[in-house]
Amino acid sequence: MFETLTDPLTLMAILVDGLVYASWLFVVAVGLTLIFGVMQILNVTHGSMYAFGAYTAATMVGWWFDNDLPEFGSFAVLVFAALVVGLVLGPIIERGLLRYMYGKDEVIIVLVTYATFLILEDVLLLIWGTDMYDAFQPYGLLGTTDFGDLTFSNYDLSLIGLALVVGGALWWGLNGTKRGKLLLAVIHDREMAQSFGVNVNLVFMVTFILGAILGALGGAFTAPQISVAPGIGVEVIVLAFAVVATGGMGSVPGAAIGALAVGLVRATAVHLLPQVELFVIYAVMALVLAFRPQGLFSRAEARKI
Amino acid sequence: MTLLRAIQLKKSFGSVMAADNVSVDITENEVIGIIGANGAGKTSFVNMITGYLKPDSGQILYEGRDITALVSRDITRLGICRSFQVPQVFSSATVFENLLIALGATQPSLGAMLRPLHQEERIREAEVLLERYSLTDYRGQESSLLPQGIRKLMDIAMAVVSHPRLLLLDEPTSGVSADEKFGIMDTIMTALKVTKVTTLFVEHDMEIIGRYAERVLAFYDGGIIADGPPGEVLENDQVRQYVIGEELHRAATDDQGAGHA
Amino acid sequence: MKFDKTEKGLAVALAIAALLSFVVPEWAVFLGTLAVSKCLVVFGCLVLWRTGLVSFGQALYFALGGYTVGMAGKYLGWTDAVLLTVLGTIVAGVMAAIISMLLARYREIFFAMFSMALSMILYGVLVKTEVLGSTDGFNVVVPTFFGYAPEGTELLISMFMLTLLVTLIAAVFVHRYLSSTLGHLTTAIKDNEIRVEYLGLSVFKAIQFKVILAGALAGTGGAITAFSVGHVDPDAMAYWTVSGEFVFITILSGTGSVAAPFLGALLFQVVRTYAFQYSPQTWQLVLGAVLLFLIMFIPDGLWSLVRRIRNKEVA
Repeated sequence: MFETLTDPLTLMAILVDGLVYASWLFVVAVGLTLIFGVMQILNVTHGSMYAFGAYTAATMVGWWFDNDLPEFGSFAVLVFAALVVGLVLGPIIERGLLRYMYGKDEVIIVLVTYATFLILEDVLLLIWGTDMYDAFQPYGLLGTTDFGDLTFSNYDLSLIGLALVVGGALWWGLNGTKRGKLLLAVIHDREMAQSFGVNVNLVFMVTFILGAILGALGGAFTAPQISVAPGIGVEVIVLAFAVVATGGMGSVPGAAIGALAVGLVRATAVHLLPQVELFVIYAVMALVLAFRPQGLFSRAEARKI
Repeated sequence: MTLLRAIQLKKSFGSVMAADNVSVDITENEVIGIIGANGAGKTSFVNMITGYLKPDSGQILYEGRDITALVSRDITRLGICRSFQVPQVFSSATVFENLLIALGATQPSLGAMLRPLHQEERIREAEVLLERYSLTDYRGQESSLLPQGIRKLMDIAMAVVSHPRLLLLDEPTSGVSADEKFGIMDTIMTALKVTKVTTLFVEHDMEIIGRYAERVLAFYDGGIIADGPPGEVLENDQVRQYVIGEELHRAATDDQGAGHA
Repeated sequence: MKFDKTEKGLAVALAIAALLSFVVPEWAVFLGTLAVSKCLVVFGCLVLWRTGLVSFGQALYFALGGYTVGMAGKYLGWTDAVLLTVLGTIVAGVMAAIISMLLARYREIFFAMFSMALSMILYGVLVKTEVLGSTDGFNVVVPTFFGYAPEGTELLISMFMLTLLVTLIAAVFVHRYLSSTLGHLTTAIKDNEIRVEYLGLSVFKAIQFKVILAGALAGTGGAITAFSVGHVDPDAMAYWTVSGEFVFITILSGTGSVAAPFLGALLFQVVRTYAFQYSPQTWQLVLGAVLLFLIMFIPDGLWSLVRRIRNKEVA
């Protein structure tokens, strides 16, 4: 098994698959870490955003191609689907429910988002039923790239690009703009930011919607790769949490590093020892947390007595 | 006999010197007042002795034994207890339950702790404590709803249940209204006289220091600048400049505030 | 041995349930067995909840208990219900002991999510293990009771009796534990860890004990469930949604007394059975909506309502 590690083609496959998976993980997880960083909420409904994003994207793409609209526009449709989901579900959940829970115990809020997630899972079923949906058309549009005996779908590769774009946009947005820096201030110290006049409630709403859009974006771009079916949201939550916990809750660079770590390790497992694929993802998290309980990038703790 | 020796304790937080070569010997049965402006290192000193904070260098000897590396729970078991600036009590429990739990915790073995908390003997001990610390009227109330002064008394009562030989009280009267301070201090000192305990208390109120302390340690900038009987220390030039001067200023602004009461 | 009001009350209630099992239809006995075995798991969740900890990973021990029973039957040919239940409990307990060394360092969200991740590791392993049937799982042997090998209705009733007995013992144990000095360290730790340490006690060790206790109890519950259902598979036993159901029952019941989980588990099992029958596509919606309602309006669970009614009667 390990002899194949020295085979350059296998290494290449692992590297590329790892990067692709890491990119997917990053896009899916970054919204979760952002919401946690700003609001100190572990948002279980993130899985719903992903699922709704996938279903909405599948439906819209289906409609798009049924009406013979320009092929490459379907990518814009994916983004559009994510925006719709984020801008509809985000405010409903944040304004309609969560804002009444601010100030309550962290774990209670997690339970609230968990309950909301359960509700949304069935709402999904009520809207789309138990059928599976396909939206494979955009997948083939970009063609493939050959590398020796290996063939990579360019769509998959483009996920790396998507991750870079999302990561870059967030980085610039948070560090380069005034509004973004306000967000960072709230992450760092909410009370302090408030006493400086930052409208924390507005920041919360914007952050939640942004996080929702990002989650939905992950789902939307995954739709062409898979058969969209009930239950896809559930797995994602656990994975996203694993990435975020590894990287450090509330840290965007942490989410990137966490995604890379998990992505590469998983790719290695898939190619060399497929039975441990699911296991290694959580094993990485468990290992990191065992040595650094707060994750790789984390916030400082204040004095208590 | 020397109960506790602190030998050249050093502790810094970044550029802040919480302890700068602090050395002091404490003899049995002494009642020592610790004074100093905020940030002078008083609480850090208490934290280091009780194991909550590890000094960067230096030693702490208790009854000749090196306790520098021990954690709080081990130090408690050795006979050193403390009360806190902000009372550390069990907020969802009643005053009575708080005392019961504290008493229950003093049991030596795991097996003993698996027996019911509400036992006759323990209940009687708790009643005695309630009396001694004037808490009887509040016994059935939930601690989170009580005024600061009562919680302070509770905090101290819980600190003495294990019959410590050395007791450190961190600002026992802070947060308590001016007219209540003496009452509370009287209660505490009378209660402590019943069980012979070496006591260190951190205080900002010089009148209380003058009245209860036999010896005073003055802290400034992480170091001890004076050590002796209150009459001497409170007259010391440096102490007047760095501690009392600031205290008098503090008291003056308190008076201005009290004028509105 | 003196038994207090709660313990006597429970003994009577469970004795009545045992007698009823002879006259009620089979599906009721089956439902009762499942409810009571879930109750076992919830005892553990109750202890943890009082300490301020929520475990989203009790399914780990639940599954370990169940799979131990299954594997012992399949590979060792053992069938005795008591023996295998004890075995399942021990396996779960040992795993909990190992895990507690790491888990007891954490609190709040991390405790919850870390415990969940650990249970998902087991899930991943089970799903990929062909020998154990992967996602299909495998069937569990029919239990015997010290040589007695009942069938049909008698089997159901025997299993129910065993469940009641085991749960009663567990209830008494947990009840006494919570009344002991060590047991009061649950809310004490939740209120103020620093104070607990300064009283000379180790918070870490106390939490370790609770994790192990909860794990062992969940293992027992899983073992019994495996026998009752006759089948084990990863989705039914190790998936994080299973843990979620235990948490739900904990919140539904309230943590005021060991009697509370009986109420909550029974109500849950009844609603679940009917919801699944009549409208499987809205079960999660009902669960989620009820959970929200509970958190917002009855945060101390059904037991707090029972208490309020009792107080009114006394007053």
